[in-house]
Amino acid sequence: MKRSFDIMIVGIGGQGTILASNVLGEACLVEGRSVRGAETHGMAQRGGSVESQIRIDAEFGPLIVPGTADLLIAFDLLEAVRYRHYLKSGGVMVINNQLVLPTSTFTTGQVPPTTDDIIGMLKGVKMEIIDATAIATAAGSPLAANIALIGAASHTIPLTLESLLEGVRRCVPKKTIPINEKAFLDGRDAIQS
Amino acid sequence: MNNKKYLLGNVAIAHACREAGVDFVSGYPGTPSSEVIETLRADPDTIPHLEWSVNEKVAYENALAAAWCGCRALVTMKHVGVNVAADPLMTSGYTGVTGGFVLLAADDPFAHSSQNEQDSRIYASFAKIPCIDPSGIQDAHDGMKLAFELSEEFGLPVMVRPTTRICHSKGDIELGDPATEHRVGTFIKNPKQYVVIPAHTRVLHKLLNEKQPVIKKRLIECGFNTQTIRGTKAVIAGGISAEYAREVVPDDISIATIGAYPIDEEWLAEFVSRHTEILVIEEMIPVIEGAVREVACDQKIYGKKNGYLPHEGEYSPSVLAGALLRCGFINANPYQAVEPALNLPVRPPILCAGCMHRSTFYAMKKVFKDGIFPSDIGCYTLGLQLGAVDTTICMGASITVASGINLCGEERDVVCTIGDSTFLHTGVNGLINAVYNGANMVVVILDNRITAMTGHQPNPNTGITACGVQSPSLSLETLCRACGVSCVETVDPYDLTLLLETMRKVKEEKGVRVIIARQPCIIVAKRAGMKRRRFMVDPDICTGCQLCIKYGCPAIEFHDEKASINDLCTGCAVCADICPAAAIRGEVKR
Repeated sequence: MKRSFDIMIVGIGGQGTILASNVLGEACLVEGRSVRGAETHGMAQRGGSVESQIRIDAEFGPLIVPGTADLLIAFDLLEAVRYRHYLKSGGVMVINNQLVLPTSTFTTGQVPPTTDDIIGMLKGVKMEIIDATAIATAAGSPLAANIALIGAASHTIPLTLESLLEGVRRCVPKKTIPINEKAFLDGRDAIQS
Repeated sequence: MNNKKYLLGNVAIAHACREAGVDFVSGYPGTPSSEVIETLRADPDTIPHLEWSVNEKVAYENALAAAWCGCRALVTMKHVGVNVAADPLMTSGYTGVTGGFVLLAADDPFAHSSQNEQDSRIYASFAKIPCIDPSGIQDAHDGMKLAFELSEEFGLPVMVRPTTRICHSKGDIELGDPATEHRVGTFIKNPKQYVVIPAHTRVLHKLLNEKQPVIKKRLIECGFNTQTIRGTKAVIAGGISAEYAREVVPDDISIATIGAYPIDEEWLAEFVSRHTEILVIEEMIPVIEGAVREVACDQKIYGKKNGYLPHEGEYSPSVLAGALLRCGFINANPYQAVEPALNLPVRPPILCAGCMHRSTFYAMKKVFKDGIFPSDIGCYTLGLQLGAVDTTICMGASITVASGINLCGEERDVVCTIGDSTFLHTGVNGLINAVYNGANMVVVILDNRITAMTGHQPNPNTGITACGVQSPSLSLETLCRACGVSCVETVDPYDLTLLLETMRKVKEEKGVRVIIARQPCIIVAKRAGMKRRRFMVDPDICTGCQLCIKYGCPAIEFHDEKASINDLCTGCAVCADICPAAAIRGEVKR
């Protein structure tokens, strides 16, 4: 029944999840493939948990059913756990090694989970954790962390390297194209294919 | 090679309006509708008139008048905005239009960013106007363009009603060319049409009713409503549920899709009569289900009314699969049940670091310890997390709820908060009323000079129009005084000492008092290049008292019994005023 390759991109409002999903959408256009996406707008953007869903080769609705995503790209460790149930069994996670604690954990005096706690909660999931912020910073700007993550995930995404790079060029500000291309390729190299 | 584009639903809808040659655009921002006008105003020279109006009623009447003058007019709003515009909407079917007039009413099943889950299809049938209910983005684009033509053909306003998952989803979309010709409005006097005195309106109502059968047939001809017969069982799906049905319904089950209203009963009865069991799938109000039950004879109908599907929330392929299983259309659920991780720290949206609303709420709670805090619709509704929002119901209702609470005998102080755009939308009427009827209360206008939550649209307070033309900046102080408020204080909310002092002074006064707390929205300020030095906590001085943590700023963290400030800090310096140990100070570059 399902013919599409479904990707969840999750993070915190303001981290660039929408731009990352646009790269994939544009790459689909380059290859002439149908694509659907759903994203979070409005008040949810104010530092809240956000998700972009993108379905390569999808012809119908934009929503990914929990338990069926082929790939989950997480900009934050805590968000990776929050959306873990979207991943199908055998699906892959690519996670940025970053943990931004919600302000509510401080104001309500909760004991915040540590990085190790979270990695423990993801036990059994096929995952790659990279330091996308460090890769992006080395490439020229920490703002390119989202693109470095897409690069890291690119081994799993059924789109060609050239289409993805064209997607990057179409989506990022012109002046930052070289930085983003480098971030993408360095992110890709951070993971063994 | 195709020439498709990867577009947001609202961007595709905006493009369709350009293709239709829209001449006049108005609306009030509201999620999920805002990006339609935001897209159009990015290139304002191609549209003769485009505006963000002060509220939806104003927007609707402006656009209606343009359509009376023969222009193609678009008015946009979110579903609850239609409540505000309902007064002219209900009679605009009677008067009809000359130029194509389209009301874009964006619905929000699951209330992703709304106060309710109302269904605009009901408004369309209430007003007896056609409603196009697209199933996807391409459908929304094509339907939008056709809506202008149908409006002219029927001489009626047409509603286009996408939902959040269409407005805010993306897809590969085929676009047409923008029109290059535009109309210039000309008003042709015709009191029998445009002056709805009883003698005229009785005739107009009859004419409106006579149009209905014609509309039903024409909508079928246009292909909005489709049927594919594949077996004795059938699914009938409306709006985006049609896409979910195409995704999950097996090949031996018939599908009918409903993309426009009113539904032609003969067409529907014909489809229903050829099946024995029918599952009806539509989000929110069971409009289609009602129509199906009316034409059904001995068919078994499954839907919301007999508990096969929920009346609330948004649907999805898995909701559909569940319903198919329950009514025996499939034997096994194609989706496995999965459970989300439990007990994770939540990450709700939060007021930005450096947001002016936070210090205003802080001061209110400190001065009016026992106060009641009605609030309104905007980013500042997030003041709920700070314990500074006690009520929110609809646009402008902070002031009216405050006066109602005060005038019914409640003795505690009532201090309401409302943003500048919401105040100009429908707040000012409440202020006039509160003063006139002798309320005793404080109104705090959170004045960040912009409509922030929906994406920073300008308003009469901003001093610039939607098209970037300078406009006279409205004076909130003068406006409040003109309403009869004698105590009007303006204060910089970053100046915590003055803010607290002003609130204490105002607390002692009687009658309706207004405090205007004014600072630009921090997002706008940052985009405009504002740079302030960040603040830091001196760990040797910090006593770990956590007063700054309770302030709730996302830039302040607490680790190992000490506060610290992260790089979200925008240098508003309010936390430095709060710290009793004077441990917080501006960073000094070495």
